[in-house]
Amino acid sequence: MSDFLVDYDDAVARYDTVFGIEVHVELGTRTKMFDGAEQFFGADPNTQVTPVSLGLPGALPAVNGTAVEYAVRIGLALNCTIAESCRFARKNYFYPDVPKNFQTSQYDEPIAHDGWVDVELEDGTVFRVEIERAHMEEDAGKNTHVGGATGRIHGAIYSLVDYNRAGVPLVEIVTKPVTGAGERAPEVARAYVQTLRDMFRALGVSEARMERGNVRADVNVSLRPSSDSPLGTRTETKNVNSFRSIERAVRYEVSRQAAVLDDGGAIVQETRHWHEDTGHTTSGRIKSDAEDYRYFPEPDLVPIVPDPAWVEEIRANLPELPAARRKRRQAEWGYADAEMRDVVNAGAVDLIEATVQAGASPAAARKWWMGELARTAKEQGVDLESLNVTPQQIGSLQHLVDEGRLTDKLARQVLEGVLAGEGDPEAVVAKRGLEVVSDDGPLLAAIDEALAAQPDVVAKIQGGNLGPVGAIIGAVMKATRGQADAARVRELVLERVNA
Amino acid sequence: MSDLTRLSAADLAQKLTNGEVSSVEATQAHLDRIAAVDGPVHAFLHVSSDEALATAKGVDEARSKGEELHPLAGVPIAVKDVVVTRGLPTTAGSRILEGWIPPYDATLVTKIKAARLPILGKTNMDEFAMGSSTEHSGYGNTHNPWDLDRIPGGSGGGSAAAVAAYEAPLAIGTDTGGSIRQPAAVTGTVGVKPTYGSVSRYGLIALASSLDQAGPVTRTVLDAALLHELIAGHDPHDSTSLTDPVGAFADEARRGLAGDVKGVRIGVVKELSGEGYQPGVLARFEESLDLLREAGAEIVEVSCPHFDYALAAYYLILPAEASSNLAKFDGMRYGLRVEPTDGPATAERVMAATRGQGFGDEVKRRIILGTYALSAGYYDAYYGSAQKVRTLIQRDFAAAFEKADVLVSPTAPTTAFKLGEKLDDPLAMYLNDVATIPVNLAGVPGMSVPSGLSDDGLPAGFQVIAPAREDARLYRVGAAVEAFLEARWGAPILTKAPELEVSK
Repeated sequence: MSDFLVDYDDAVARYDTVFGIEVHVELGTRTKMFDGAEQFFGADPNTQVTPVSLGLPGALPAVNGTAVEYAVRIGLALNCTIAESCRFARKNYFYPDVPKNFQTSQYDEPIAHDGWVDVELEDGTVFRVEIERAHMEEDAGKNTHVGGATGRIHGAIYSLVDYNRAGVPLVEIVTKPVTGAGERAPEVARAYVQTLRDMFRALGVSEARMERGNVRADVNVSLRPSSDSPLGTRTETKNVNSFRSIERAVRYEVSRQAAVLDDGGAIVQETRHWHEDTGHTTSGRIKSDAEDYRYFPEPDLVPIVPDPAWVEEIRANLPELPAARRKRRQAEWGYADAEMRDVVNAGAVDLIEATVQAGASPAAARKWWMGELARTAKEQGVDLESLNVTPQQIGSLQHLVDEGRLTDKLARQVLEGVLAGEGDPEAVVAKRGLEVVSDDGPLLAAIDEALAAQPDVVAKIQGGNLGPVGAIIGAVMKATRGQADAARVRELVLERVNA
Repeated sequence: MSDLTRLSAADLAQKLTNGEVSSVEATQAHLDRIAAVDGPVHAFLHVSSDEALATAKGVDEARSKGEELHPLAGVPIAVKDVVVTRGLPTTAGSRILEGWIPPYDATLVTKIKAARLPILGKTNMDEFAMGSSTEHSGYGNTHNPWDLDRIPGGSGGGSAAAVAAYEAPLAIGTDTGGSIRQPAAVTGTVGVKPTYGSVSRYGLIALASSLDQAGPVTRTVLDAALLHELIAGHDPHDSTSLTDPVGAFADEARRGLAGDVKGVRIGVVKELSGEGYQPGVLARFEESLDLLREAGAEIVEVSCPHFDYALAAYYLILPAEASSNLAKFDGMRYGLRVEPTDGPATAERVMAATRGQGFGDEVKRRIILGTYALSAGYYDAYYGSAQKVRTLIQRDFAAAFEKADVLVSPTAPTTAFKLGEKLDDPLAMYLNDVATIPVNLAGVPGMSVPSGLSDDGLPAGFQVIAPAREDARLYRVGAAVEAFLEARWGAPILTKAPELEVSK
């Protein structure tokens, strides 16, 4: 289980890392890739099936046109060439989660090929990743192995199969070997998948929720002595399904492979499993040349021939992609490069945009999300998105401040109430009685009381020593439980004393 | 009552419409006939008496209320067991599907049910439609009603025998390399393989997806036309189904029955005669041609040089597709499940044990062939080359159809051979389909009509082939051949068949 590892910095000093990533994204179509069964998350097992997704004798596939459109959107967003004509193929292998014992996929004729995508790293460096292909296929069902200690098939007593996922449309995106990232390979790998995730959401083709398995990544890693050496033997680490894990898995494989190579050993071309809990990979299936899927063109389907005019229409209607939108937003909002980078890295672009739409100024929106809310999220150990507050609520809160009904300090208390689930800012203000006291009457009463309690202060102020004004303001604020506007109190104190 | 079983579907439909007979009477007459003769013939794997009578009763009630009905409503029909039928056992002739009751209907069955034809039952066939004699059925042979010691053809021997033995006026067959036409030829019946895509394949248990096509099995050309019109049409569940409107097949059949073939150019395919064809089969073919010529058709000779490679290409493409189509039968979800008696019952071992026990030898032979042909390193040489041959055959047809409106040949080189005669010689068995296979490879439509009795007193078939989407031509020319020959004989060919012994 425990591999010998070379320290990462040592490893990258001696070897050049090359990686490649296969990303599978589940498309958010209403129905499956080849049949009318609906597909939504969380249904009871084997309830979203038809004779087609169960692979019953006699059933035939029919292509989901929306899935093809989504695949074309993805292909165009990745700057790929869209095939004039392409076919599905059968990938033949026996496994209980594949109801027909073949997967309908695309083999030598993907719908999109030869593209690229620019990936921005946290420090603002832009790295271009070349895309080999994006193709359509159907997902397999889901096996649950019961009775074993590990949840894997080894040692299990029996297995359950849920075919709800069988036939869910997937697009698989394969990079060309990514070279030139050097020691930053793990970071580039992570940023690449993040970029794709954001792109899927912007394109409206998938909810792209990693935790639900909407986006899954297989990571190939190989090492070579230097950047002009031929590519080394690679391993494929399967199902690395969080951004952090992608980065860790690449790092781990670099350290592990470096140790093997240092020792004069050879890397075995194999599939490896990623262990989220311990952060390491273990050997899985050996990939040999004997593995033969006997691909051949799917005779039950006719070729897909996207009408060029239709493709151009999709291209013309592509939504603005995240990178372009970020650039435009930065200009509109007037943020400095570093400010914008922080906002991006915190995942706050959408939140700030919505907050601005709700009426806040860009500066105020950034102040809230990158200040008070960022701190709260950090304390709670969650994403900004997961906080119990909406951009609309932040917009309303800022509106109360702008109107002078809340001070900054009061606003933070109102926010506390919103986060605690006490309702919208207006409701929290009403419930907690936090509004700025703008009526002079109660303030004058409080001032008179404070002045009466400290008679010497009046003389000092009248004598030109304004120092003690603060003490009076403090007393008034205390008496009004912070709801007074300090500037107004100051004005009133001076009027009173000098009257 | 037994007279009702001798009527053509068109005549029976007329009597039903007129109210001369009820559908319950007609259906019961056929069920009685099945009970009387199917013991020795064994055309049926399953007889659905209750369901058929219930449908018949519904039709009679609807008719008495004056409801509008399909012209064939109430006419009983038999369905080949490769077609899935909701609630009725469907095995495709294989032990591996024993006991499976489909939860859905094939599209063509949905159409039959919508038109309210009582389904008499499911007919026997070679396992997964692999064979030319029905001897490869997992449930015993079907026997030729002309001579119970002989094969009824295959794979659709059950449907052809049922129609020939008056157990059903109509039947559904499927044809991948001749499984409708060759049984029709050797049983003295009519069989049509429509243009690929004319009839939806949704719900046909696939043998070879790019070749399979369902079609009518009947005693007359007009009946075939009426049934073809019923089951054809675009189906969104089958991506390969044609979007064309269904042709006026019955009208064309009536035109042919009136003897109208003047000016039709009829191409005789040079490569589909000669060596390997029985003299009697060739003689009947020539006589049929003479009748067409006399009626004003123009007879020309055409050459299709690549037909010589058709059989070889077919036996690569078919096993390749079949090896993949049949992968789903693994004991995991439905049908037979065999757990190995020794060692652990892992999924892989259960699959192997189930397939080892559930499949017959011919199925295993073709799965092995197909798996080999698709393997890395062999794909281009086998599957790839076979697809190229297919293209060449399509070009041969295109060139031939420049010179002729339809092409003709004997349907099969011989009459029905004896049961067991070719069982141990797969190649000899395969050669029986030499004239029908090119039609499937090109996706064009083909028909077999009886051409008469060969020297051995057994029926032979006359094949008519039309260009893709021109199925209507088959009906015109086929009906003319039928009309000319029946005029000469004075009665339909099946009246010359020996009467079957009726069990009480």
